[in-house]
Amino acid sequence: MLTIRNLHVKLEDEDKAILKGVDLTVEAGRVHAIMGPNGSGKSTLSYVLAGRGGYVVTEGTATLDGRDLLAMEPEERAAAGLFLAFQYPVEIPGVGNMTFLRTALNAQRKARGEGEISAGDFLKLVREKAKTLKIDAEMLKRPVNVGFSGGEKKRNEILQMAVLEPRMCILDETDSGLDVDAMRLVADGVNGLRDAGRGFLVITHYQRLLDHIRPDVVHIMADGRIVRTGGPDLALEVEKNGYAEILAGVA
Amino acid sequence: MALLAKDPRRLPDTEARIAALELPPGGWTRGARAEALARLRAAGLPSRRDEYWRYTDPAALAAPVPAEAPPFDAGEAHVFAATERLEIVFVDGVFDVARSGDLRLAGVEIARLAEADRADIHWAQGLYGVLEAHGQSPVPRPLAALNTAAAADGLLIRVTGRAARPVCLVYERRAPAADAVLHHCVKVEAGAELTLLETGPAAARLNLVTEVEVAAGGRFHHVRVQGRDHARRAATHIFARLADGALFKSFTLTMNGALTRNEAVLELAGDRAVAHVAGAALGDGATGAFHHDDTVFVTHDAEGCESRQVFKKVLKHGAVGVFQGKILVRPGAQKTDGYQISQSLLLDDDSQFLAKPELEIYADDVKCSHGSTTGAIDETALFYLRARGIPRETAVTLLVLSFLADAIAEIEDEALRAAITGRLEGWMARHRS
Repeated sequence: MLTIRNLHVKLEDEDKAILKGVDLTVEAGRVHAIMGPNGSGKSTLSYVLAGRGGYVVTEGTATLDGRDLLAMEPEERAAAGLFLAFQYPVEIPGVGNMTFLRTALNAQRKARGEGEISAGDFLKLVREKAKTLKIDAEMLKRPVNVGFSGGEKKRNEILQMAVLEPRMCILDETDSGLDVDAMRLVADGVNGLRDAGRGFLVITHYQRLLDHIRPDVVHIMADGRIVRTGGPDLALEVEKNGYAEILAGVA
Repeated sequence: MALLAKDPRRLPDTEARIAALELPPGGWTRGARAEALARLRAAGLPSRRDEYWRYTDPAALAAPVPAEAPPFDAGEAHVFAATERLEIVFVDGVFDVARSGDLRLAGVEIARLAEADRADIHWAQGLYGVLEAHGQSPVPRPLAALNTAAAADGLLIRVTGRAARPVCLVYERRAPAADAVLHHCVKVEAGAELTLLETGPAAARLNLVTEVEVAAGGRFHHVRVQGRDHARRAATHIFARLADGALFKSFTLTMNGALTRNEAVLELAGDRAVAHVAGAALGDGATGAFHHDDTVFVTHDAEGCESRQVFKKVLKHGAVGVFQGKILVRPGAQKTDGYQISQSLLLDDDSQFLAKPELEIYADDVKCSHGSTTGAIDETALFYLRARGIPRETAVTLLVLSFLADAIAEIEDEALRAAITGRLEGWMARHRS
């Protein structure tokens, strides 16, 4: 579903290579995790796939269901089914959470040639999804992420994911800043979305999130490349021995 | 008062302007008009040498004859068309009897200045030109003095109870070079309440003065829309004086306009009075020149009062925004809570925002803060919205609304807030890229 081939990326403003040949395929129905030390390029990979500015792809390809992601605007990638849960969700004062969600959903539907969802159906949809994430009506009414705690922001990301129903979900350090209870809520939300038609790429520094979202495949990223790929046990190995030993083994 | 101009260089211009004025014969306003003329002579017409005209060239506002401005058809009903209201229409600054509603309204007495001058209206005699004269110090406002001297039309509104409906002034324009000089007086009696709405371009050139006196516990709400004419020019002044526990809330939305100068001169004269003044201005130099200036002077002269200034401007393609805002806290005005924020959102590199925030405080137990920022669209926020599938232009509109939210929040009525937001979205849709 998501296919990345030999992806090289550098910063736009300086001559600094961040990704140096990433190869990765995420199949529908599978959860892939990317782990790696700080500065290995994990977040850059997520930004480049979602279309954030400031990066230049110098080589390689990234496709979603065969469509060239790198040629699309960020909103086109979203409509094509790509979703990035942000490490730092952005606060947007003065724009209600519901307005934001509805604008996003209708924009995606329009881009796919579908009609707008009715106000009633939308309300029903959001309420149902919000309930499982323990997001109350008050939080839905507030401006996007304004005054939200770290946990609330991450739950709000997962709510957006649940409402937009993407094909391919990328979670960028979703566990950062979460306590155990919040992490469990977020993980439950993600696990509830796992199905045969949907792929996940879970980016994390620590193994603990993967206790809750069990991956099928674990990759270790270092210095802009995927250096090791294995099963769930690889995450446990990281937890036990640290990145240094694994990277030393690779070298 | 001295009858000679402080700056003799201004004398010829000022005298030429005065000579060009058509002064109404005047009944009881005669004295007030003569005094205003003396104030105008003393101050002289404004020029860029004046401290508060450095960022805005007053020449077009002060010239004897207005520049031609082709009328503009907005092709839509005015912003308050869906609001229950008493509508009063002025065309090129002249009251239109046929198209205005019945001026009788429960809780309110309304008279037309042009007619009332011949009647004896006691309350208005104590207000017409009085707050304007008071507001000439410490900063002269010659265009307002000119207005008091020359205003031919306007309304005298006395609010004795809770007004049954908002009073909505619709300013239409037809002639390409009409020069409208309108002067309103509003007196909100103790405990009374009025919402005053204003909309429309008014004339090729508008000089508008509104004097508002709010007695103890009175409440005055003001929502105004200046738009969407591109060529019009306007100088407006609101002079307000608030007694104990009085409330004054004014919001102005400005869309387009070659030159707009909105002055608010507010005096918190009674304890625990509250004055909020806010503005949102949107200008796009690609569809015509845009220069917008908010000049605000708030004086705290009583204890425990609150004032709030919230001004936001969205500028593109060479549009220019100006904010000059002052909070003056007089000796003895303890427990003052003064707040001022002016911000601009520049949608490209061509536009310009000039801000001059000032605080002058002579009391020792006060809380005053001010801030001013200029910025571009936040790229991170833009990416966040687009990553959720929202197209770039829609995302920019959402971020502009987000930027303006604090100013719009100053409108208390939810339906009016929604009406204003609708116009903002319309403007953004028409001014993409």
